[in-house]
Amino acid sequence: MGFSAADIEALWLTLRLAAIVTLLLLMIGIPTAWWLCRTRCRWKGLIIAIIALPLVLPPTVLGFYLLLAMGPNGPVGQLTEALGIGLLPFTFGGLVFGSIIYSLPFVVQPIQNAMEAIGERPLEVAATLGANPRDTFFNVVLPLAKPGILTATILGFTHTLGEFGVVLMIGGNIPGATRVISVQIYDHVEAMDYAQAHWLAATMVLFSFVVLAILYSRKHLMIWK
Amino acid sequence: MNVLRLFILTLFSLTAHAQEINAAVASSFLLPMRDIVTAFEHQSQHRVSIASGSSGKLYAQIIQGAPFDVFLSADQEKPKALLESGHGISGSRFTYAQGSLVVIATNGLTDDPKALLSRGEFNRLAIANPRLAPYGAAAVETLKALTLWDAVSQKLVIGESVGQAYHFVISGNAQLAFIARAQVYNPQRKARYWPVPTKLHSPIYQDAVLLKKGSNQLAAKQLLAFLQSEQALIIMDDYGYQPAGQQ
Amino acid sequence: MSTLPLDARFKLSYPGFCLDVDMQLPCQGVTALFGHSGAGKTTLLRCIAGLETAATGHLRVNGQIWQDNNTFVPTHRRTLGYVFQEASLLPHLSARENLEFAIKRATQPVTEADRMDTIDLLGIAPLLDRSPGQLSGGERQRVTIARALLSKPGLLLMDEPLASIDQTHKQEILPYLENLKTTLDIPIIYVSHSAEEVARLADTLVAMENGRIVASGPLNDTLTRLDFPIKLGEEVGSVIEATVTERDPQWQLAKATFDGGDLWFRDSGYDVGCQVRVRVFARDISLSLQHHSDTSIVNSLPAVVEEISTEQHPGLALVKLRVGNTPLVARLTHRSAHHLELAPGKPIWAQIKSVAIIQ
Repeated sequence: MGFSAADIEALWLTLRLAAIVTLLLLMIGIPTAWWLCRTRCRWKGLIIAIIALPLVLPPTVLGFYLLLAMGPNGPVGQLTEALGIGLLPFTFGGLVFGSIIYSLPFVVQPIQNAMEAIGERPLEVAATLGANPRDTFFNVVLPLAKPGILTATILGFTHTLGEFGVVLMIGGNIPGATRVISVQIYDHVEAMDYAQAHWLAATMVLFSFVVLAILYSRKHLMIWK
Repeated sequence: MNVLRLFILTLFSLTAHAQEINAAVASSFLLPMRDIVTAFEHQSQHRVSIASGSSGKLYAQIIQGAPFDVFLSADQEKPKALLESGHGISGSRFTYAQGSLVVIATNGLTDDPKALLSRGEFNRLAIANPRLAPYGAAAVETLKALTLWDAVSQKLVIGESVGQAYHFVISGNAQLAFIARAQVYNPQRKARYWPVPTKLHSPIYQDAVLLKKGSNQLAAKQLLAFLQSEQALIIMDDYGYQPAGQQ
Repeated sequence: MSTLPLDARFKLSYPGFCLDVDMQLPCQGVTALFGHSGAGKTTLLRCIAGLETAATGHLRVNGQIWQDNNTFVPTHRRTLGYVFQEASLLPHLSARENLEFAIKRATQPVTEADRMDTIDLLGIAPLLDRSPGQLSGGERQRVTIARALLSKPGLLLMDEPLASIDQTHKQEILPYLENLKTTLDIPIIYVSHSAEEVARLADTLVAMENGRIVASGPLNDTLTRLDFPIKLGEEVGSVIEATVTERDPQWQLAKATFDGGDLWFRDSGYDVGCQVRVRVFARDISLSLQHHSDTSIVNSLPAVVEEISTEQHPGLALVKLRVGNTPLVARLTHRSAHHLELAPGKPIWAQIKSVAIIQ
């Protein structure tokens, strides 16, 4: 017994989703984390709380609100329709959007912690050596926040791999577009097809374990160089 | 003094006759089951705790030794499988209800779901997962019987259950959905729906079975018997279930 | 290099602290910002660097406005080097990469010769391939100073660069700093609470207390003010610039000549013609009405009493003398001062028990 064609399609789709989501999460999460580190904006606490909400909301609840928000009467849905993208639910783009919202705190928080741990001094040093803020960000902040960024990358990736509740709500279980591995496993279990479920679940556990093991054993070896 | 005596007496009679049992109930049948259990408790003094979930999850839990006395599935396959594996008591399985399939539209008041469906005037049609949910399988059969399958299969979105198919429609993300008649049961809101003729799909029989743990519980047997009483049938009818036909 | 003075006015308030200064500094040599911790020295230095964005005021350096009511040149556009109190190498870069970081962003091109000279000046050639974690505190600070220099600053700010370093390593770095002073042609502002560092390095002294400047001027003129507001205790004294004029191989002595006379000291290898700095503590000067030759004290100079005041201990007096144009301070008991009938204008002999050549 091995993977069915549908399983392999789901695996491939999931890896593609996780890779794209992780990339976008880093592009959004790194500037967001840096802004949160530096800002004295009075809404900072509020914004951190909003980003952290997916940590406490049950994924199905989050998924349900995303379904409403991305629907034809929701604000996101009206925006995407106005932009000519169409509606997001039941599309790969919709999954990407939902996964970004869902995994954002897992990416922003480690990066923000790492950036805050840098402290003022290296930034002041860079400024006195003639580095402008952009230069400082790319050549001092990013290298020093590397361990946090690495953690965030892995957490964002694995979290997207394992995401289920949100995908179930906004995905519509469409093969090749939204039927990801977690949904496929769920279907196997619900259909009493436990052997297929085991195959997929074991693959996922093994993969995540290997990735996390590499991350956590490398991390204390490479504090700095 | 009299009050105390009465209290002790009551307590005694309860412990003497009342039993507590656990019923595993498919979530689609949760609402009518609550009403049925209320009526049952009222007349028998037994206590029933309901654990609801998808039939597949409840099945897995029973196999792993969950302490349920009776199982009301949303299909026939799982009770049958439990009998084969020895978790169910042979001879106890029976069909307690027959579900009705309906089609609803996002604009429940203005749109005619049947017309939209046959004219193909929709972007997304939501159904429950045909592999998991009897209503999903019935929906697929219906579409094939109406020779619409080839036209709509690219527009399908699949919910894990009829509950999710319903969410897809009320959030406006799908324009049509095949769901259970029980879900549109709402005396306050007269939503328009199209009851799918039963001849278009195989009947949606829902079976119950007495489990091994409940075989010594009088209350469990009484509950299963109560499911077939006139009183229970009236409640089920309210929720849009038909009485179980012959099979 | 411009010789326009550095002109700084700053006001900055924190809860429990208020900085309020107005100063003009010569744009050459080493200016020491001197005072106890909490006096506001570091804050003033940070204001000059543009690191305290909340400070209001006015700052002109080398004829350029760095800050006034309408202008605030951000730190990275100020041509300055800054050496922080604790060694502050960028931890993700090796020593060499830290230097490269400065060179790439320097205000003017850094030639290979500049690089070699700076590396030699601070003796860090063997350290370049190490990461900051593999360097001692003193080594890190030397790399940090080299890095500041390689950014080609027009002004070097140093915030107690020796404070976080233990005594042995301090003695190891001080010669490098003295080298720096003679080699560089840019002004240095040097924050310190150590009288010894100030005596060795400073040309101009700015004393601070409670966020204000309480005394400022050329080093020796300021140090020998009897009303110098910062109590120096045993370290009260003067610092004299002198030139080595003679070496006596027979007695292993050398002679330093300054504006006011000659001082003999133990020959420690300075060449004739060499500029030295001589530190004379007030506790090492005794006064006599006549010149004595029947004494073990080698150095005896004719002086004039200028001013007398009471030391912290009521039994002790501080007497300011002038030897030629050079002020000296002597410490003696009030009883001695009374016996000698000291008064301003009175000629006297200053017997100097020992001198410390500090450079």
